[in-house]
Amino acid sequence: MVSGKLDLDPALVARARELARRAGQPVVELARTHTTVSVERAVLRLAGVAGADPDGIPWVNRLVDAVVADVGLGHGVAVPVFDALVREQLDDVTLLAQKAAAGSVRFAQPGGRAATVARRASRRAVGAGIRQVDRRRAERDRLVKRYGDPKQRPWIYLIVATGDIYEDIPQAQAAARAGADVIAVIRSTGQSLLDYVPEGATREGFAGTYATQENFRLMRAALDETSKELGRYVRLTNYASGLCMPEMATLAGLERLDMMLNDSMYGILFRDINPIRTFVDQRFSRQVHARAGIIINTGEDNYLTTADAVDEAHTVTVSQLLNEFFAHEAGLADGQLGLGHAFEINPEVPESFRLELAHALLARELFPDAPLKWMPPTKHMTGDVFRGNLLDGFFNLVGTMTGQGILLVGMMTEAVVTPWLSDRDIALQNVRYVLGAAGGLHEDFVPAPGGFIQQRARRVLGEAVDLLERIGDQSLLTAIAEGTFGIMKRPADRGKGLSGVARHEADYYNPATEILEQSA
Amino acid sequence: MSERTERSEGRERRPGQHGPGGKTVVRPYGDTTGDGMVQVSFTLPVSHDKRAEGAAVQLANKMGIDPAMLVHAKPMSDGFTFFVVYGRVNHLVDLAAVQVVERDYPLLSAKEVNAVVKRRLRRKLSVVGACIGTDAHTVGIDAILNVKGIAGEKGLEYYRELKVSNLGAQVSVPELVEAARRERADAVLVSQVVTQRDAHLHNTREMSAAFREAMPAGRRPLLIVGGPRFDETMTAELGVDRIFGRGTTPGEVASYLVHALVTSREARG
Repeated sequence: MVSGKLDLDPALVARARELARRAGQPVVELARTHTTVSVERAVLRLAGVAGADPDGIPWVNRLVDAVVADVGLGHGVAVPVFDALVREQLDDVTLLAQKAAAGSVRFAQPGGRAATVARRASRRAVGAGIRQVDRRRAERDRLVKRYGDPKQRPWIYLIVATGDIYEDIPQAQAAARAGADVIAVIRSTGQSLLDYVPEGATREGFAGTYATQENFRLMRAALDETSKELGRYVRLTNYASGLCMPEMATLAGLERLDMMLNDSMYGILFRDINPIRTFVDQRFSRQVHARAGIIINTGEDNYLTTADAVDEAHTVTVSQLLNEFFAHEAGLADGQLGLGHAFEINPEVPESFRLELAHALLARELFPDAPLKWMPPTKHMTGDVFRGNLLDGFFNLVGTMTGQGILLVGMMTEAVVTPWLSDRDIALQNVRYVLGAAGGLHEDFVPAPGGFIQQRARRVLGEAVDLLERIGDQSLLTAIAEGTFGIMKRPADRGKGLSGVARHEADYYNPATEILEQSA
Repeated sequence: MSERTERSEGRERRPGQHGPGGKTVVRPYGDTTGDGMVQVSFTLPVSHDKRAEGAAVQLANKMGIDPAMLVHAKPMSDGFTFFVVYGRVNHLVDLAAVQVVERDYPLLSAKEVNAVVKRRLRRKLSVVGACIGTDAHTVGIDAILNVKGIAGEKGLEYYRELKVSNLGAQVSVPELVEAARRERADAVLVSQVVTQRDAHLHNTREMSAAFREAMPAGRRPLLIVGGPRFDETMTAELGVDRIFGRGTTPGEVASYLVHALVTSREARG
């Protein structure tokens, strides 16, 4: 949309992209040659394995664990599972999982004709799952056509998080009626480190609601009703992050979620998840998102909550470029890249608002076709709700002046309480006022040539290129290990979930990847 | 609400300080001494009409606001109304009766902290920090430990004579105990932000119990918890040595560490 307001050097922008590619390519190679328990569980979910044992452990977990115990993870589970299905003369994979959990099935990695048969059968089963994802995407297209997109940009993104899906639903519907275009159901804290996806509708959570297939389904159905009532398609967001990233992406595709938080490095830096596990899981999840027409939201805002938003502004740009590279590589289109950034500069810093404008405009101009996700202040919300509301107003103003795609509504009670009904109402009033009063201001807003904003944006881009050059010399994994992003040091041989990673054997087979890469 | 007010009051008024004119009994201040004016806002689960406004005034009266001026009423979604009320409260505040945990140790600069540790402990002081339980909010522990610090004050990693190991988020209690043993921790700092179902209290008790079980009293590290929702007077109940509340700075924590681990121990022994 807007372009050329910063007079960026196109050669430098191209150089930045090339450096991001160079830093990311070795990681892609790593992802192409490894698999994880969660990738394999996602394959089984696409093949139709559903439900959980009486202890709540999903059958996909039981089945993958059983296969790993017999033949290891490196062949992929598809062939051993479908080979066993033939031998056991079953046609239901969930039933096989139940028998395997009871210890009555042995798995093997077959060769020759048996392997060919198993490959074909697994591809057929997974293909059916992917066709379901395709149908859900077509359904979204139809509903968007019928009910329409929001009239304004940015789309207004609002969070609900009661812990109880049946409380979330009326709150989400009320938020949509009050103007929210996108509803995000915050996950229960700690879910990112569960190595399984809980089952069923849930009514208890900590600072959020568990992400489960049933909760996805219930909320999407409720928002479909509200979309119809409002004549505007209300989008639903959840999280494809943590140890179950590929499965979350798959469930989102199957239940027609519209956006998923899906950052390339967030789990590594902020949840201490093993870097290789994260990159492998991330690539698969992004391939699913690409197929499902889901918009990903990346998490650059998080860097600024731990590092200084002025000194470290360029790390956001670097991360955006890396996220873009990984996303394109996985088949996502520009329109699916909700690259993140945030209004986190200390308000006591002189000219903080101009700095914010410069940073936001830089992201806009570097990624002209991406629906950027603009995140509100959190770090400098002090509990002074009056000042907080003012800061949120300025945040909204930057959002509209720089043509952001998705605006996460800031709460003046950030850091005080989980938002009350009245907090949300006041926050939405703030957004409506700013968008109503200045919604077209981006047309008039052109920074002075060579002025403060242009200079600042160019400086941040320059620092980003410098950092990418340094990363290029030593590889992205080393940079992460040394604490380049968000100050945290995360070596590749440490972190949670490492035991669930395996290098591909020569006969590794994954029907989902095969189908998803063919389409790309 | 009351907890917050009390705490911030404790911060502003040190012992010996009193209200204007040396009074120990004060009222809220609007624009005239003694006017008792306050403002409150709240939501009632009723649709907006005359009756709803009357209900808001009734609530304000019961809160001790009399007369209550209803200055704003706004309907929100279905069946809820938001109110802003200004008015005079008839309650008095007795400053002499306020109970808070006062800082009972001198506030030192980073340089002074380093000097004391170096001269008197003659080795680096080892600190292990973490968010425990399911709490993933590292903002608190990072503000205290990361070099970056908070509000212009550098975190403990910046102190040359402190050896800091920040384990990050969602660390299990056994992992924390193990890390404390490995690092020969003099102090363990735990941050807890999530308070749903009192998770911060349960987690803290679990942590202190685990340390009591794992190590004899003389060799147990100093146990410190921090977070925006702790009551600083609950140390005994939670089995920890110190609780830090909202607004704590790295300098306060470092000064306390030196006080508790170096200076007061010397004084005793």
